[in-house]
Amino acid sequence: MVTRKRFKAAAALGALLLAVSACSQGSTTKQPETGGSQSAGPANIKIAYQQWGPGTVMKNFLAGVKTEYEAANPGSKVEILPIVASENDYYTKLQLMMRSPNTAPDVVYEDTFLINSDITAGYLKPLDDYIKGWDQWGQFEETAKGAAKALDGKTYGIPDGTDTRALWYNKQLFAKAGLPEDWQPKTWDDVLSAARTIKQKLPGVTPLNVYSGKPMGEASAMQGFEMLLYGTKDSLYNHDQKKWVVGSQGFKDSLNFIKTIYSEGLAPSPKQALDPNMGSKVGTELLPGGKLGIALDGSWIYSNWQKTGAKPWPQWTTVLGQTAMPTQDGGGKGKVSLSGGWTWAIPAKSKNPDAAWNLIKTLQTQKNATKYATDGAQIAVRKDVAEDPGYKNSAKSTKFFTDLVSVTVYRPAFAEYPKVSNEIITAMEAVMTGQSSPDEAAKNYDEAVEGIVTKDKTTTQSTGQ
Amino acid sequence: MTTTVAPTTAAPAQPSGRPRAANFLRMLPLSPAIGLMLVFLAGPIIYCLYAAFTNMALTGTGAADVKFVGLENFRKAFGSGAFTNAIWLTLVFTLISAIIGQNTLGLGLALLMRKSNRIIRNFVGTSVIGAWVLPEVVAAYLLSAFFNDEGTLNVMLHAVGLPGQDWLYAAPIIAVSLANIWRGTAFSMLVYSAALSEIPKEIEESAEMDGAGGWRRLLFVTLPMITRAIMTNLMLITLQTLSVFGLIYAMTRGGPGTKSQTLPLYMYEQAFSFSQIGYGTAIALVMLAIGAVFSLIYLRGLNSEAA
Repeated sequence: MVTRKRFKAAAALGALLLAVSACSQGSTTKQPETGGSQSAGPANIKIAYQQWGPGTVMKNFLAGVKTEYEAANPGSKVEILPIVASENDYYTKLQLMMRSPNTAPDVVYEDTFLINSDITAGYLKPLDDYIKGWDQWGQFEETAKGAAKALDGKTYGIPDGTDTRALWYNKQLFAKAGLPEDWQPKTWDDVLSAARTIKQKLPGVTPLNVYSGKPMGEASAMQGFEMLLYGTKDSLYNHDQKKWVVGSQGFKDSLNFIKTIYSEGLAPSPKQALDPNMGSKVGTELLPGGKLGIALDGSWIYSNWQKTGAKPWPQWTTVLGQTAMPTQDGGGKGKVSLSGGWTWAIPAKSKNPDAAWNLIKTLQTQKNATKYATDGAQIAVRKDVAEDPGYKNSAKSTKFFTDLVSVTVYRPAFAEYPKVSNEIITAMEAVMTGQSSPDEAAKNYDEAVEGIVTKDKTTTQSTGQ
Repeated sequence: MTTTVAPTTAAPAQPSGRPRAANFLRMLPLSPAIGLMLVFLAGPIIYCLYAAFTNMALTGTGAADVKFVGLENFRKAFGSGAFTNAIWLTLVFTLISAIIGQNTLGLGLALLMRKSNRIIRNFVGTSVIGAWVLPEVVAAYLLSAFFNDEGTLNVMLHAVGLPGQDWLYAAPIIAVSLANIWRGTAFSMLVYSAALSEIPKEIEESAEMDGAGGWRRLLFVTLPMITRAIMTNLMLITLQTLSVFGLIYAMTRGGPGTKSQTLPLYMYEQAFSFSQIGYGTAIALVMLAIGAVFSLIYLRGLNSEAA
């Protein structure tokens, strides 16, 4: 017989264990260690990158580099670690790996948007000593050199390309809807009215796609929201005062644009838009399938349609046109673009930093840099690549997107930026699903930003454009 | 959960008050288990307690230099709308899916199965338990497909001329609550079946002789006799439901917006999507406190019943 007292004790203990099991889920899990490596001589180098969706460009490029490197350094092995994850999960997995010498890769692919945060976290190794003796560094554009330069003045990553953003539109659908095939919207209203025409004339076609909400992560913040915000008179960060901007009208107007397209049915249904695979869907299904009129998207998306891409589609060069995203009312420079880009970096806890640097040099030979910029649909960051005829003629849209570099804006990618970006996509999602009004969502954003950067690091004045 | 009772040996019963050494020796075989529990269960819990009061993060300043921030995480939580929303949704989810749904449905099924013949009993039992033994993610996908716009439920509704539903999007907390009822009822049913089988037939029969109808028999005879089972069951399913994560994550990811973001999902988002480990563990501690409050209430119930 179980006594009553003992039963109660067991019940209480059981209850406690159940309750804390939720807590222990919060502890970090370690991945099993893959192969030990030596610190000198021939080494095993682990290189990590994000593999999301069916694209094989990076996979094939790295496989080629691996072969080249292993042939040039007998006895060395390159282990490619594709991290299969959506945007936000990729960073989380990578950060967990970089926390321990047992799991840290030797070379990691870091988005410029997160690199400052990871530098602050102490995850990455400064590369200045390596760069000093590297003859290729002079080939990089000055702006690109700053892409992975931290506030301490040191460089932590080697950029392999940048990108710009604009409107892609389907000329065939435009013709059907009676819209001009050489479309040049001058204001947000021009974009909206074209979308409304498509909605009216072409049932079954999604008029306009603007990424929004949490599942698409940074793509929502940058391709979606910031492409709008930087076309207003406001911005995210005041570089003169070194403070984050809150309470701006431009922020509310941008949210209002999101609200308009999602509530009027000019965009995919919020249900569709909140699919973490939306990025792949736009590139491999909606645009090639003639199901989408206008896409606010990046310079790289045609890589889906090349022979090596996820959805080969040679006709894109004639079917699709590109036009710059206009500013809110045509003011300022009249058009907007934002730029990001990715860099190769070495984790502080890498066991073979020297070998890792050798691998980065191999990734960045003129030949390999050109190959990746061409196959990966990048905007070149090296002068010699930009001049390479193979790159220049690689795609019909290359010139258009390279020219946008003259108006492009870089994100205020400081250490707090990823947190601010999270608040942006939370506000977007609240507005697109009708949970909050743009004013409420903007107010919540302001409060959250004050919490992230402290109140005296915020201002209500944007730097004028 | 179970307390093991030492097997009675053939040796003559010992007087109570065994010598200390014997006690120690009896404990010895347990020590590896206790050691493991300390390392793998108490360890993470203590680490959790520590992390909740720091600014620990996966990236940025909180990763480079972990500092004590006192009650800052809790202040931030209780001041944020998202957290209040998560608490509220967690309570709604627990109330609808566990305390009302699983509990009453489980009891109902157990009562009906007493009276039915073997074939029906086996059929119902198997199908209900089937939903319970399915892996959580599989169950979540099945139910997503069921509630989806073009899913089974709408096809059936349209077939009989009724308008469809849009719960996954319009009322996601209802959709996940129904899913949790579907999945978890078996546990309550088993607990109540066991408890009901303990009730002596004579008692119910004599109540019937005294002229008590079905409902009155249930209220004044059957239920009071299984109060302890009810309290125990409530406690277990409440605590299970408070920490449901996979089912909701796979069905709605806590969305759309934050309309089905219960505490475990909020915690996951803050800790892993947004890298705020310290804040995430602080939320976990709040969950623990909520679980403890519920447990205390049920334990009081058990006590008063014992009096």
